[in-house]
Amino acid sequence: MAIDIDTARKVAKLARIRVEEGDLSALADKLSGIIGFMEQLNEVDVAGVEPMTSVTPMRLRQRADVVTDGDIQAQVLKNAPDAREGFFAVPKVVE
Amino acid sequence: MSANKWTIAAARDALRKGEISAVDLTMSCLTAIDAGDGLNAFVHKTPELALEQARSADVRLGSGEAPAMCGIPLGIKDLFCTMGVPSQAASNILKGFTPEYESTVTAKLFAAGAVMLGKLNMDEFAMGSSNETSCYGNAVNPWRRQGSDVQLTPGGSSGGSASAVAADLCLAATGTDTGGSIRQPAAFTGIVGIKPTYGRVSRWGIVAFASSLDQAGPMTKTVRDSAIMLGAMCGHDPKDSTSADIPVPDFEAALTGDIRGKVIGIPREYRMDGMPAEIETLWQQGIAMLKDAGATVRDISLPHTKYALPAYYVIAPAEASSNLARYDGVRYGHRAKLAAGDGITEMYEKTRAEGFGHEVQRRIMVGTYVLSAGFYDAYYNRARKVRALIKRDFDTVFAEGIDAILTPATPSAAFGLGEMSDADPIRMYLNDVFTVTVNLAGLPGIAVPVGLDAQGLPLGLQLIGQPWDEAGLLNHAHVLESRAGFVAKAEKWW
Repeated sequence: MAIDIDTARKVAKLARIRVEEGDLSALADKLSGIIGFMEQLNEVDVAGVEPMTSVTPMRLRQRADVVTDGDIQAQVLKNAPDAREGFFAVPKVVE
Repeated sequence: MSANKWTIAAARDALRKGEISAVDLTMSCLTAIDAGDGLNAFVHKTPELALEQARSADVRLGSGEAPAMCGIPLGIKDLFCTMGVPSQAASNILKGFTPEYESTVTAKLFAAGAVMLGKLNMDEFAMGSSNETSCYGNAVNPWRRQGSDVQLTPGGSSGGSASAVAADLCLAATGTDTGGSIRQPAAFTGIVGIKPTYGRVSRWGIVAFASSLDQAGPMTKTVRDSAIMLGAMCGHDPKDSTSADIPVPDFEAALTGDIRGKVIGIPREYRMDGMPAEIETLWQQGIAMLKDAGATVRDISLPHTKYALPAYYVIAPAEASSNLARYDGVRYGHRAKLAAGDGITEMYEKTRAEGFGHEVQRRIMVGTYVLSAGFYDAYYNRARKVRALIKRDFDTVFAEGIDAILTPATPSAAFGLGEMSDADPIRMYLNDVFTVTVNLAGLPGIAVPVGLDAQGLPLGLQLIGQPWDEAGLLNHAHVLESRAGFVAKAEKWW
C-alpha cells in the first residue's frame, strides 16, 4: 500500500518527529518503498499460526518484590538537560 | 610481532608466564589506536582508565589467580553503557550522556580483569549495515581492493569493532547483533564474530534497538578467542528477564577439532539469484572442508527463508519505535532549543528531529506505521506469524538430525563507502539476507573468514547452531577455521 503525504504527516506526528511540510513527499516515497517490500509477507499462508511472542520457550522470571536500590536522586538527574530542585524540568504542560 | 597483534589466547599465556605485563600490552594497543585514527574506529578513547585497569590486572596476575580475560585490552561498542564514559549509540540524541551505571556485559568483562581501551564506532542505534549512519562519521575497513585506495566499509552495525580488531588496535571487541551486526562486519574484515543464542548474554545496560532480536557477542581474531571471551560475557542476569538461567559450558574446552559423524545442513534457499560466483565457490570449499573433517553433509530446506528479510523489517522497526520513544529530551541527552510559546509536544518533535539521523527516523516511522491502528494485524501480527514459521523451519531440520548449518555470511565482499548512498534502502537491507533468519529464530550463528575474493578482500562463511549449543557451534567453526587456514591481514595504509 502506497503511503501518501497525509499518511506520512500522520506517522511523523505519531512518532513525535518534526518533518517539514516540503520534506513529506520524499518521506512518503521512501516509506512506500519499504512498506511495499513488506507486502511479500502476504504470499505466506499463515492460517492457524500463532504470532510469536517469545523466541525461546521460557517463562519470564519475576524477581522478588523487594527494594534493591534508591536514594540516588543526584545520579538519576545527572544527565538531564534541565533539572531543578530535584526534578526533571520541562515546558509548561498544564495551563 | 608487537603485542597488539596477539590473539587473546597468546596474550593470556604470555601474561600468565610473566613474559609481558598487562600495562605493556595495553600500551602497545594505545599506541596502535593513536596511529589508527584514519580508521575512525575508536570514537571515545579511555587511555587513563585502561592503564588503571591494566595495573590492577598486573596485581591480580601476580597473585596467580587470574581468569583468562585478565589484562586483555578490548574495544567496547558505543552501544554498551559504561560508567562515567560517553555512551552514545553513535547518535547525536545521546550527545553528552555518561551513564551512572555499567552494562552487565562490560561489568562481567571488567570483573574478569579485562581492560577497556575506549568506545567503538557503529551505525546509529545499530541501524545500518555499513557504519555510514554514525554521528561520528564512517568507520573505515583496514582492507582495500588490490591496487585501489578506495575506502571500503567495515560493515555494520559493529563496524568500529570489526575495523579495530582487524587492524590490531585491540585484541578483541564487543559487538551486538540484531540482524547480522556482528557477523556481517566480521565477514567484511576477515575476523570471527559470534551471535549467541537469544538469552545467553544479558542485554541489561545495552542501548536497546529491537529487544526480541538483540544479542551481544565477541568479535575476535580467532575462534578460540571467541570461545574464551564469550565465556566471560554470558551467564544469568536477574536484571534481564530474558536472560537464561542455565549453566555456561567451558567453550574453549569444547574446541576438540573432532566433528566426525556430525551432520551439516546446506539450505538450498540460501542459493540466491544473482549471488556472485565467488560466494558459491567459497561455500562449496567450506562444504568440502567439513566433509574432509569427517562430517556428513546433507541438503536441507528452510522454505520460509525468502520472507525473513521483510518480516525482520517489520518487527525490528516496530520494536525500535517503542524502545526509542524514551529519547524525548527530558531525562538524558539532547534537548532542542525551543522558541517562545513552544510546549512539550514541540519539545519532543524538535528534539527527535534534531537528534535522530535519517535512517533512524525512517525506521521509527516505519515501526510507528506497522503498529498503528488499522495496520497492526496486516503488518506486525502477520510478520510475527511468519517469524514463527521461520523458527519452525529450523526446529524441523534440527529435529531431523542436523547438528549445524553452513551458509555464506554475506552476499558480497565489503563495498565502497558511499557506494550505496543513492540506493534504495532495501538494497542496503539485502546485506542481512543470510543473517537475519538466525536472529528471528533466536539461534547462535558465527562468521568465520574462509578466503579472499579476486580483489583480495576477505569472504566469510556462516555456521548456524542449535539453540544453546554455542560449544558445538564453536567447535565446528574451529574446524572450518583450521582447514581454511585464513591468515591474510590487511596491508597497513592508515
